[in-house]
Amino acid sequence: MEVAHATHAEVAAQRQPGRVARTLRSSIGSKTLMAVTGLGLLAFVIVHMLDNLQIFLGQERYNGFAAFLRSTGPLLWILRIGLLALFVLHVGAAVKVWRANKEARLEPYVFRASVRTGYAARTMIVSGMIVFAFVVYHLLHLTFGLTHPELFALRDPAGHHDVYSMVVLSFREWPVTVSYIVAQVLLCMHISHGASSAFQTLGITHPRWLWLKQGFGPGVATFIAAGNIAIPLACWIGIVQPGTGA
Amino acid sequence: MDFTLHVWRQAGPDQPGHMELYQARDISPDMSFLEMLDLVNEDLEKQGIEPIAFDHDCREGICGMCSLVINGVAHGQQPATTTCQLHMRHFRDKDSIYIEPWRAAAFPVVKDLVVDRSAFDRVIEAGGFISVNTGSAQDGNCLPVPKDAADTAMDAAACIGCGACVAACPNGSSMLFVAAKVAHLAHLPQGQPEKRRRVLAMVEQMDREGFGHCTNHYECEAVCPKEISRQFIAEMNREYLKAGLQAH
Amino acid sequence: MQLDARIPAGPIEAKWDRHKAELKLVNPANKRKYTILMVGTGLAGGSAAASLAELGYNVEVFCFQDSARRAHSIAAQGGINAAKNYQNDGDSVRRLFHDTVKGGDFRAREANVYRLAQVSASIIDQCVAQGVPFAREYGGLLSNRSFGGAQVSRTFYARGQTGQQLLLGCYQALARQVAAGRARVHPRTEMLDLVVVDGRARGIVTRDLVSGAIRSWAGDAVVLATGGYSNVFFLSTNAKGCNVTAIWRAYKRGAGLANPCFTQIHPTSIPQAGDYQSKLTLMSESLRNDGRVWVPARPGDTRKPADIPEGERDYFLERMYPAYGNLCPRDIASRAAKRVCDEDRGVGPGGRGVYLDFRDAIQRLGRAVIEERYGNLFQMYERITGEEPYATPMRIYPAPHYTMGGLWVDYNLMSTIPGLYVIGEANFSDHGANRLGASALMQGLADGYFILPYTIGDYLAGAGPSRIPADHAAFQGAQAEVAGRQRRLLAINGRRSVDSFHIELGKLMWNKCGMTRSAASLKECLERIPQLRAQFWEDLRVLGTGDTLNQSLEKAGRVADFLEFAELLALDALQREESCGGHFREEHQTPEGEARRDDQNHCHVSVWEHQGPDRPPQMHEEPLQFEHVPLATRSYK
Repeated sequence: MEVAHATHAEVAAQRQPGRVARTLRSSIGSKTLMAVTGLGLLAFVIVHMLDNLQIFLGQERYNGFAAFLRSTGPLLWILRIGLLALFVLHVGAAVKVWRANKEARLEPYVFRASVRTGYAARTMIVSGMIVFAFVVYHLLHLTFGLTHPELFALRDPAGHHDVYSMVVLSFREWPVTVSYIVAQVLLCMHISHGASSAFQTLGITHPRWLWLKQGFGPGVATFIAAGNIAIPLACWIGIVQPGTGA
Repeated sequence: MDFTLHVWRQAGPDQPGHMELYQARDISPDMSFLEMLDLVNEDLEKQGIEPIAFDHDCREGICGMCSLVINGVAHGQQPATTTCQLHMRHFRDKDSIYIEPWRAAAFPVVKDLVVDRSAFDRVIEAGGFISVNTGSAQDGNCLPVPKDAADTAMDAAACIGCGACVAACPNGSSMLFVAAKVAHLAHLPQGQPEKRRRVLAMVEQMDREGFGHCTNHYECEAVCPKEISRQFIAEMNREYLKAGLQAH
Repeated sequence: MQLDARIPAGPIEAKWDRHKAELKLVNPANKRKYTILMVGTGLAGGSAAASLAELGYNVEVFCFQDSARRAHSIAAQGGINAAKNYQNDGDSVRRLFHDTVKGGDFRAREANVYRLAQVSASIIDQCVAQGVPFAREYGGLLSNRSFGGAQVSRTFYARGQTGQQLLLGCYQALARQVAAGRARVHPRTEMLDLVVVDGRARGIVTRDLVSGAIRSWAGDAVVLATGGYSNVFFLSTNAKGCNVTAIWRAYKRGAGLANPCFTQIHPTSIPQAGDYQSKLTLMSESLRNDGRVWVPARPGDTRKPADIPEGERDYFLERMYPAYGNLCPRDIASRAAKRVCDEDRGVGPGGRGVYLDFRDAIQRLGRAVIEERYGNLFQMYERITGEEPYATPMRIYPAPHYTMGGLWVDYNLMSTIPGLYVIGEANFSDHGANRLGASALMQGLADGYFILPYTIGDYLAGAGPSRIPADHAAFQGAQAEVAGRQRRLLAINGRRSVDSFHIELGKLMWNKCGMTRSAASLKECLERIPQLRAQFWEDLRVLGTGDTLNQSLEKAGRVADFLEFAELLALDALQREESCGGHFREEHQTPEGEARRDDQNHCHVSVWEHQGPDRPPQMHEEPLQFEHVPLATRSYK
């Protein structure tokens, strides 16, 4: 098979302006993009979970926080756009890597076996796609209020949009709760490989930080899944009750 | 011992291949896997069937020529062992054994179990060396190399270029091979002057050859007969990003 | 056949320097007009190809493996010698020279060996600069170990993978030249003939092992770096692909072949386990630094090694050779092992083995130190035998390993055919009748990095660029011969496989022309080899065709050449009526069973000249003079 060599001139070009784009388009660059955006999304997921755990502190606190978020105005939009950008880049890089990897092995093994890799690592694209679908649903459900318009219209005694009751009441419907729980399990799998993997991609080798590449992913994933599942579960089985005014 | 073998047969690069069933009889547990295949081939020739083509040379685990995926695992289940050093005592009598070639788009099949690994040579040609002409070297002891650095360089340099990492990787990625060479040279003072351009050029060539992208499964490390560590991949990622993103 | 060794005049220390100054040079701008065909990519071929391309020559490189990185030099474990005297233990160029001449049992050329010792130090410098990760001390300086046949520590090493690291060093240097467009590597390509036009080597004929295409390559000089012929014994420590074809084809085209009977049997190989065995695996000689070799004192003792008390063990090397003990040279250690096994004191299945025991070393140094020094070797042993050498002694037995004989070359490394150079194990020049440990890597790299690049320029400058194209009649003729031979092999359609012939030849050679030889056994060889050869051409069966990858066909061509070459080997062994180095004639031994050299009648190189298919080869002699290392009986007692 004849493949041309990377010449000195081409490598020199990599030192010219545009080198960043060129570097990021490479295999390692794509993965780096995926790692960085993934860690950004991970940070969001953690904050988002902590925010939502406030549901256990009652209607007033929860709705108050929601109102505070909305009051930040342009800042919220900057965050949202940033988040969307992270998401698009993450998915974009993932699709690129996935397609390149399909092409790198055209003929599969007749006898398939793996020695070390786990189920989570092998199914990143699938778990990613399902989480993607879930995010869309989640936005339609709670951000745009399209799936349960009647709940979206609720107001609490203070006159705020009653996010609290909307959440609690929608999780009284088991299909909603189950779909959330399933999605969290998949997110957990996705993060358990992805979070540790990101640090490998970013080149962590110092012994002091090796835990980031080992226990960190599964640990943080379990933590997120536990927190995020607690909410719909608590609503469903009635530990958290709908607020006043609902 | 007796075995049922399922062997990939493919007449040439552009021809379709298929699994063929053969019997291996009266195999001694002290035989190596390739000696078992020698015997099967001897038998096939007697029956007028063309013997199975497979790559091998030194048969002592160092030349990197042998290359079989045995029951789905590159070089077989025995850790840190090349196919030629794998012995039949590690199989059970009457086992079924699947034997396939390295499968990767960058390693096209030449015939049966033989593949073309010249992509590896081109990756090295792109920059896997220290530019020093014969005769221009100073005394070997002029530049002390800390023992730890020399040992780490040797750990990486132990790579035999067999390609098992690519064969095992679910993505057909050659990161472990490339990283081993980048790390070997980057850990030595002699390798410093070309450190940046080396990693840029080798990764560029690696991508061009059609190897897949690493997604950190570490199957490569698990099958590597020389136990090359995945830490070298992390190191290469770092070196590459530093070289590619920093202003020069 | 004219045998002019072209040894420069003057004191031995100044010969090489003076010679370099007198060699003609090729103008830098003209170098690219010369094409050099390099066959083989081991340490010699790889280093020479890289160095010649660096100089500006146009280099075409050929190897039968799938990459230039896989040649069998890669399997050398122990180390590489160099007269650096970093250890302050009395080493010098002179001492390395002395050890090598004596170790070779006075059958090597003094001037060549002296030059080898001189350039040895530069090799280490070159390899360090290339990034070869040699073992280091905590202070960051290079580490050394001692090796068989020497009383100083001059061996540089990279764990147990020295050959691999050195080979990767020159492979990478060659890769750099490929990228620069000055060298091209043709892997999976086997040289099947040499083309000589008007008495000069002008090219080669090769077969592309994948497509089967047979084609010609024209050049200004041909360099053979094709290694040794230990596989004539079938079972050896060489790689399966190692063969005699390139040098045998050159011999048949007129190159003199020197000392084919000088074959080295390495003492520390893993014993053969069964008839199916396809090769023998070497355990590095460095193991003898810390391991003690012993057998039971009583014949027929089948107790487990741990059950044999100290008083009933015979540490025979320490007993027989107290000065060198377990570190005595390879030929001596091998024969001693054979002798104790012949006395029915051998161990392991079949009784062909001796113990190499680390018990005392582990007690003295601790397991960690032994593990650091030999970990990978112990692992390799365990993998092959299923036994744990930390717990139970290793079993070892001698095995064919290296061949000192090869194509005759002059001081410039040129064969008797002008324009045909031979480097590394493929030539005969530096090791005499026995090679010392860690000297093969040294010689291969010395030839490739530091000798050939100088001497080949002298020839090219004198000859001028060749104008003979690859479609010249001589090429067409050679190509037709190669194709015809291949057709004949495919057309026999008999009953026996190639391997069955190779195994039969190997057994015959090992039993009758192996570690010890006698006139009777050699005559038997000379009688049976032609019979076996005739059978081969009648009863061989090679399936498939010539126009695809056909490994049986490749092997058949190589075995056909071994079947011719083996006869010359036996003939050479028969005419050399003495015992020296690796060549031990039972008729010529002292009452204690040591080798008895005959300097009166055999202090020469035996050079064989092909006389055509139906006439016996003619032998010529190149007398050897020893002015600096006085001829003496080698004693390691």
